[in-house]
Amino acid sequence: MTPSVKRMSKVNLNVNGRDHHLDVDEKTPLIYVLRNDLGLKGSKFGCGQEQCGACMVIVDGKAEYSCSTPVATFENRAITTIEGIGTADNLHVLQQAFVTECAAQCGYCIPGIIVVAKALLDSDPDPGEEAIRAALSDNLCRCGTHAQIIKAILRAAREMRG
Amino acid sequence: MTLSSSFTKNPDLDSWLQIHADGWVTVFTGKVELGQKLKTAFAVIAAEELDVEFSRITIRTADTAVSPIEGYTAGSSSMEDSGTAIRQAAAEARRVLLELASEKLDEPVENLAVTDGEIGGGKTNQHVSYWELMGGKRFNREVTDAATPKNPDQYRLIGNPVPSEGGEALVSGSMGFIHDMELPDMAHARVVRPPSYHAGLLDLDETAVRAMAGVIEVVRDGRFLAVVCEREEQAVWAAAKLAGLAVWDQSKGINAGDVFEQLKNNPRESFPLIDGIPQDAPVPPPTPPARAATTLSATYQRPYIMHGSIGPSAAVACFDNQALEVWTHSQGVFPLRLALAGVLALPEDAIRVSHVPGAGCYGHNGADDVALDAALAARAVPGRPVLLKWERADEHAWEPYGPAMQIELQASLDDDGRVIYWSGDTYSDTHMGRPTDHGEHSRLLASWHLEKQRTAPTPQPSMGFHAGIHRNSDPIYNFPDRRVIKHLVRDLPLRTSALRSLGAYANVFAIESFMDELAHESGADPLEFRLAHLGDERARAVLESATSHADWGTADREDGYGRGLAVARYKNLKCFTAVVIDLSVDDYGAIKLERAMIAADAGQVVDPEGLRNQLEGGLIQSASWTLKEQVDYDAGGILSRDWESYPIMTFSEVPEIETVLINRPDQPFLGAGEATQGPTAAAIGNAVYDAVGLRLRRLPFTQDRVRAVAAEG
Repeated sequence: MTPSVKRMSKVNLNVNGRDHHLDVDEKTPLIYVLRNDLGLKGSKFGCGQEQCGACMVIVDGKAEYSCSTPVATFENRAITTIEGIGTADNLHVLQQAFVTECAAQCGYCIPGIIVVAKALLDSDPDPGEEAIRAALSDNLCRCGTHAQIIKAILRAAREMRG
Repeated sequence: MTLSSSFTKNPDLDSWLQIHADGWVTVFTGKVELGQKLKTAFAVIAAEELDVEFSRITIRTADTAVSPIEGYTAGSSSMEDSGTAIRQAAAEARRVLLELASEKLDEPVENLAVTDGEIGGGKTNQHVSYWELMGGKRFNREVTDAATPKNPDQYRLIGNPVPSEGGEALVSGSMGFIHDMELPDMAHARVVRPPSYHAGLLDLDETAVRAMAGVIEVVRDGRFLAVVCEREEQAVWAAAKLAGLAVWDQSKGINAGDVFEQLKNNPRESFPLIDGIPQDAPVPPPTPPARAATTLSATYQRPYIMHGSIGPSAAVACFDNQALEVWTHSQGVFPLRLALAGVLALPEDAIRVSHVPGAGCYGHNGADDVALDAALAARAVPGRPVLLKWERADEHAWEPYGPAMQIELQASLDDDGRVIYWSGDTYSDTHMGRPTDHGEHSRLLASWHLEKQRTAPTPQPSMGFHAGIHRNSDPIYNFPDRRVIKHLVRDLPLRTSALRSLGAYANVFAIESFMDELAHESGADPLEFRLAHLGDERARAVLESATSHADWGTADREDGYGRGLAVARYKNLKCFTAVVIDLSVDDYGAIKLERAMIAADAGQVVDPEGLRNQLEGGLIQSASWTLKEQVDYDAGGILSRDWESYPIMTFSEVPEIETVLINRPDQPFLGAGEATQGPTAAAIGNAVYDAVGLRLRRLPFTQDRVRAVAAEG
C-alpha cells in the first residue's frame, strides 16, 4: 500500500471518550494518528506486523493492534488507549499494581500489556494465572519482567474485586 | 578509602552534584538508564549520603554538554563506577555543607546532625539548610578522600524497597522515550537498507517517490538511502516505495556455510590465559596428565543471536549552522560523538549528543547506527529536526549480533573423581564492535554504505581481564592444572558486537554443562562435585542457598521431569549467582520450564527490587536464547527479520521464579545485570539431561534439536 497521490479525508474517531474529526489519509495506521495527531504517545510501535503487542488499544471492549490497521476501520468505534485507563497523577488500580510490583524494566512493552490486562479484567474480574498468561500470549517483553507482570495483574484483580 | 576511577576524568564535585535554592538536588552521571533502574539506585545512594529525602534527588543521565565522562553504560560496571563516585561525591558534599553550617551556626561539626537537608543541633539549637548554604552556588573543589561515607548500620534507605524512578510515567504511557520526541517543525524519516550486507545499488529512479505526498527529501549517498517526510506514515510509505524502485546487485552474498567449521578453520589469533588475562605467548597443546584415570572431551556451540529490542532503534538529529545536535538511546554518548565527528567530518565540539531512553537494548544494538542515519537525513534538511526510526526488519537484519561461538573442553579426573587437569578453547568473532574514533575507519553501519565509503576496522583482540571472548572462560574452580585459550577468529559472515554478558553466556554454559558431565562420569552428585572443587566462600554460599531453597537432592521426579544447577561469578569478579532449573521434556522433545531458583550475592544491595528484576529478567532472556534463538541467514541475506522468523519467549512459556538475595552490606557493589545469563543456560541443559538423559551441547535447545540428539542415541 503506497498511495502516490494525496488522499486526505475526514475521519471520525472516538478516543478515550472524546470525538475527534481528523484530516488524515484514511489508510494511515491508527497508531500514527493516535501518537502524532492526538498526542497520545503511550501506544508504542514495535513491529508493524501484529506480532509483539506494544501497540495495543481497546476497541469496543476488546484489545486490538493499532500498528497496521487503517484508521478508517476504527470509525464509530470506542477506542481506549493507555492514557484513557489512567494518567501518571491519577493511576488506575491496575497501573498502580504494576508500580507496586515493580512490573516494568525498560517499560516499552508495558502500555500494550496493561491495555490487554484491562480488557481481560473487564471481561473476567477473577482470572487465574493461566488465563492471564493466555491473554498475554501475543505480547512480547524482552526485559523478562513476565513474573512481576503476572503478579501485578493478579494483585489488580484482587483489589478491583474489593 | 580509594576514590572511584570515574573521578580521574571528572574530579570536580560540581560535575557530580548541584544543590538548588528551592530544595532540589541534581546528581549527574555519565551513565544511562536502560531499564536497569540505575537512576533509582543512584538516587538512593545520593539521598542516603546527603541525608535528604529520596524525592528531592533528580538524576541527570549522559549528555555530552553537562555530564561527567564515564564511557559506556556496559559491562555491569555502573554501580561500581558511577554508584561509587556518586556515593563519594555526596559524602564530600555533606562534609563541606556541615563545615559551612558549623561556621554559620558557631557549633562544632560533631554536634551537628542533618535531617532532610536541614542542619542543626548543639547548644544553640539553630538550623540552617543545604538550600540556604549552597543553593545555586558551586562547590568549586575537587572530590577528595576526606569524607567517609556512612557505615551500613547508619542506613535508612539503602537496601530497602523504594518506588522506582519514573514508575508512574512508565505505566501510564507518559514516559518520554526517544520515539516519542517532538520538536517544533520536526520531520519524520526512514531508511531503506540494501537487501543484504554486500548488495550494491545498480539503479534507482526516485522521481515517483519525490512526487509522493509529504516527501521533503530523498537522501541518496552511495547505497545509503533515506526519505524525509512531513508525516510519519508518509515516511513509511515513501520508504516502501523507494525500496520497491531500487535495483540491487546481489551477486556477492553472505558466506552461509557451517559457521562452526569456519570458527575452526578460518584465520585466527590465539592467546593462552593466565588468571583471566590473555598472554602474547605460544599456545600449548592440551596435555592431560599421565596419572589421569579418565579424560573427557566435549564441544559446545552457540549460534548468532540478537539483542531483539522490542522498540526498533530511533534517533533525532538537527543540523543548524554547521552544528549537529543528536538525541540518542546509545549506551555511550561521548564515544558516539567521536564516531559521528569522524564520519561527518565535523569537529567534536560542533556536536552535542544527549541520551533519551529507548527500549531495552541489552548491549550494542542499532542505537548508535540509527544516530548516524538520523544525522545524514538531517543534513539534507538543514534547520529541521528529524526523527528517524528503524522498522522492525531494519533492527532484526542489521543490528550487530552476539557472535557464534564454539567452546572445546577437556578434563581429566583422578581415581578419586577429582579434576586434576582442565583445558578450554573458546573460538569466536569479536564481542567489541562499539563505535568510537576509528580514524579512517568506522563502525557505524551507514558509513559503510556512503559514496565515500568507510570500512570497519579490523577488530583487535581484547587483552583485558575476562574481556569479550574469554569472559568467564577461566573456571572459578580450584583445578590444580589448567590451560585456557582464547581464539579471535577472522572473516566470519555476520556483523557482531556486545550482547549482554558477551562471551560469558556461552563460556559458562560450556563449563557448567561439562562440570555436570564430569560429575556424572565420577558418579558424584552435581552439587557435591562442584562444592568439592570450589574454595570461594561466596560462590559456595550462593550454590548452597539456591540448592537448599530448592530442596536439592530430595524429591523423586516423574518421568520426563528434571532438575539442573549451575553457578558462576560474572567476569570472575562481579556478582555470584547460582541457578536451579526444574523442567519437563515431553515425548516429542519439547522442553517446558517449570520453576527457577536464583541465589545471588551482588555485594551490598541498594535497591532490592531493581536487583531482583535484573537477575530474573536476565534469567528469562537467557532461557529464551537457550531454548529458542538463532539468527538464520543464507547467501541472500538475513532471514530472521521479524518475531515469527526469530521467536522469543512468551508469557505462556516463562517459569515461576524465586530469587534469594544474599546481602553483604559491608562489601562493595557487584554488577549483577548480566549475572544470570550463563548459569541459566547450563542449568537448563543439565536439567534436560536429568530428565531424559540427553546431553545438549549445541544451542538453541529447540524441539528439533532435542529430537536430533535423541536420534543420534
